[in-house]
Amino acid sequence: MKTSASTLPIGRWLGYAVLILFALISLGPLWIAFKTALTGPNSLFGSGGSLLPNDTTLFNFQRVLGFVDPTDPRLQQTGLAKITFFRALLNSVIFTAMAVAPQIFFSATAAYAFARLRFPGRDLLFFLFIAATMIPTAVLFIPNFILIHDLGWLNTFQGMAAPYALMTPFAVFFLRQMFLSTPKDVEEAARIDGASYFSIFFRMILPIHGPSLATLAILTTVSTWNEFFWPFLIGREESVRVIAVAINAFRTQQQAGVPDWTGLMACTVLGVIPMVALLVFFGRKVVESFQFSGMK
Amino acid sequence: MSTKTSILSEHSASVGDGFRSHKKRLTEREGFCGWLFITPALVGFTLFYLLPTIRAFYIGLTNWNLLRAPKFLGLDNYLRLLGDGKFWSSIWVTVLYVLYNIPVQTVLGLLIAVLLKRLTGSVVIRSIMLAPFLVSNVIAAMIWFWMLDPILGFLNFVFQGLGLGTHAFFSDENLALPTIAAINIWRHMGYAALLFYTGLQSIPEHLYEAARIEGASQWKMFSSITLPLLRPTVVFVLVTSVIGSFQIFDTIAVTTQGGPGTATRTIVWYIYQEAFSSMRMGYASAMSTVLFLGLVLVTLAQMRVLRSGESDLG
Repeated sequence: MKTSASTLPIGRWLGYAVLILFALISLGPLWIAFKTALTGPNSLFGSGGSLLPNDTTLFNFQRVLGFVDPTDPRLQQTGLAKITFFRALLNSVIFTAMAVAPQIFFSATAAYAFARLRFPGRDLLFFLFIAATMIPTAVLFIPNFILIHDLGWLNTFQGMAAPYALMTPFAVFFLRQMFLSTPKDVEEAARIDGASYFSIFFRMILPIHGPSLATLAILTTVSTWNEFFWPFLIGREESVRVIAVAINAFRTQQQAGVPDWTGLMACTVLGVIPMVALLVFFGRKVVESFQFSGMK
Repeated sequence: MSTKTSILSEHSASVGDGFRSHKKRLTEREGFCGWLFITPALVGFTLFYLLPTIRAFYIGLTNWNLLRAPKFLGLDNYLRLLGDGKFWSSIWVTVLYVLYNIPVQTVLGLLIAVLLKRLTGSVVIRSIMLAPFLVSNVIAAMIWFWMLDPILGFLNFVFQGLGLGTHAFFSDENLALPTIAAINIWRHMGYAALLFYTGLQSIPEHLYEAARIEGASQWKMFSSITLPLLRPTVVFVLVTSVIGSFQIFDTIAVTTQGGPGTATRTIVWYIYQEAFSSMRMGYASAMSTVLFLGLVLVTLAQMRVLRSGESDLG
C-alpha cells in the first residue's frame, strides 16, 4: 500500500476521467439524434455543429407520428419525406409480443422436461438443441424464407414471428440451467403428495423461477425489438414492417436528395425510447440480465 | 403477482383435472409428460433449425431461382465458388472487418470493466455503458450516418474544428469499412465490458491482497492474476463476438450497401445479394454452407488457442 500512496489518487482521477469519457462516447450519439429530432427542419443547416437544438420544436415527432394535418403548410416544404412511423411502432409491438411471449412459455415447458423429466431420447435431443446454437443465421435464412413463402405467409405477422415463437435454443438452454440450479426435493415431495407434472410446472416451477423468466424476457424482448434481417426479408409492406425495416426504407427512398434528417432522427428517437424506458425503470434488473447473459 | 399465479394455477388445475379424468395413466407417466412438454419446442426446432439446415445443404447442390423447379447440379456450385473472385474478395473484406472490430472492442471492453471494478459499483454508470447495445443495429447505423454526414454531420464539424478536415466516411473506399467497424465497436464495447465485469467479480479478492503484500505492481497483478483468471469469460466474449462479426449485415444494409465499389461487400451481404437480387438460391446456399464450416473451424481454433477447457482457478 505505501508504495502507491502518492500515485494512487492520480491514477484514480485518471481512471474516473477515462470512465467519464467512455460514458460520453456511449451517450453522445444518442444526444445528437435527440437534439436533431428537436430541431426545426428549416434550421438544420445552421446547427450541424451545435450541441443544442436550434429552433426547438416537437414538430418532427408530430409529423412522423401522423399527428399533423396533411394540409398543414409546414409539410409542403421540399425535402420532407412522407414518413408514416406510427404504424411501424405498432407493428414492432405486435411482432415482439407474438415472438417473445409464446417463445418463453414453450421454452420453459421444454426446459422443465429437459431438467426434471426422464424420457427416451432426452439427452440426444438436448444435444441437438445445443448444437443448433452454432448454426449461423446466414445458413437458415434461405430455407426459412422459402418455407414462409410456400406457406403464403410473406408480409404477415405470423410469418415474421414463426421462427421465434416456439423456441430458441438459447431460451431453452438458459431456462434449463436455471431450473437445474434449484433443489428438486420440494417437487419430489409434491409428487408423492399426488401433484401432477402439470401442476408442479405451473404452481412451483414458474413462480419459483419468476426472476429468471424476467431476465430471459428482458433479453429476448430487447433482441426481438431490435431484429432487422428476418423482418426485412419477410415483412416489407407498410402494414407489417417494424421500425428497423421502416427506418431502413425511409433512408433508401431518399438517396437522391438531402435526406430528411430531422424526420429520420425523430424516428430513431421514438424507436429507442422503449429501450431507454426499460433502462430507466428497471435499470438494475436490465444491467444484471445482460451481465448474466454471458454465463454458462 | 398473486392474482397472476392464482389464474395460472386455476387454469392448470382445470387442464390437469380434464386430463386426469380421461387419461389418468398417461399424464401420470413421466416419459409421456416429458414428450408432451417438449413437443411445441420440438416442432419449432424441427421446422426452423433442423430441416432448414439439411435443406440449405441440399439447395446448395442445385440451381434454383424459386420460379422453376430446382435443377440438381451436384457439387458444381462449390466448384464455381472456388473460382469466384467476388466470393474470395467478400471473405477478405469480412476478415478485415473482424480484424478491425474484435481487438479494439475487446481491449476497450476490458479497460472499461477494470475501471468499473476498481472505481465504482454504480448501476447508473453500468446502465450508461449498456445503452448503445439496446439500440438496434439499424438505428445505430442511422445515427452515425447522420453524425458523419459530410455536409451537416456533427462529427465532421468537430473534425473541421480540430483541423482534420471533412471526410465522406462512407463513400471513401479506405474509410468505409473501418467506419462500419467503429459503429459496431461503439455499440458492443459496453456490453463486452459488462460481461468482463461479471467475470472480474468472480476473482477472489485475497489473491490481490497476497500480491500486494508481496509488492507486486498493478500491471503485474493484471497480467498474472486478472487476465489468466478471466480467461473463460474472454473466451466466451471472443467466440460469440467473432461469430457475430463474421455475419455483419444490418449496418451495411443501412449505410453503404456493399460499396463504394466492393469495399464493404462482406460475405453475408454477398450471399443476400446472390439470393434475393440475383435469385440464385443454390449458389447462395452453397456459400452459406461454406461460411458455416468456416465459422466452426474458426471457433474450434479459438477454443484451442485460448485453451478454454482448462481453468486456472483449480
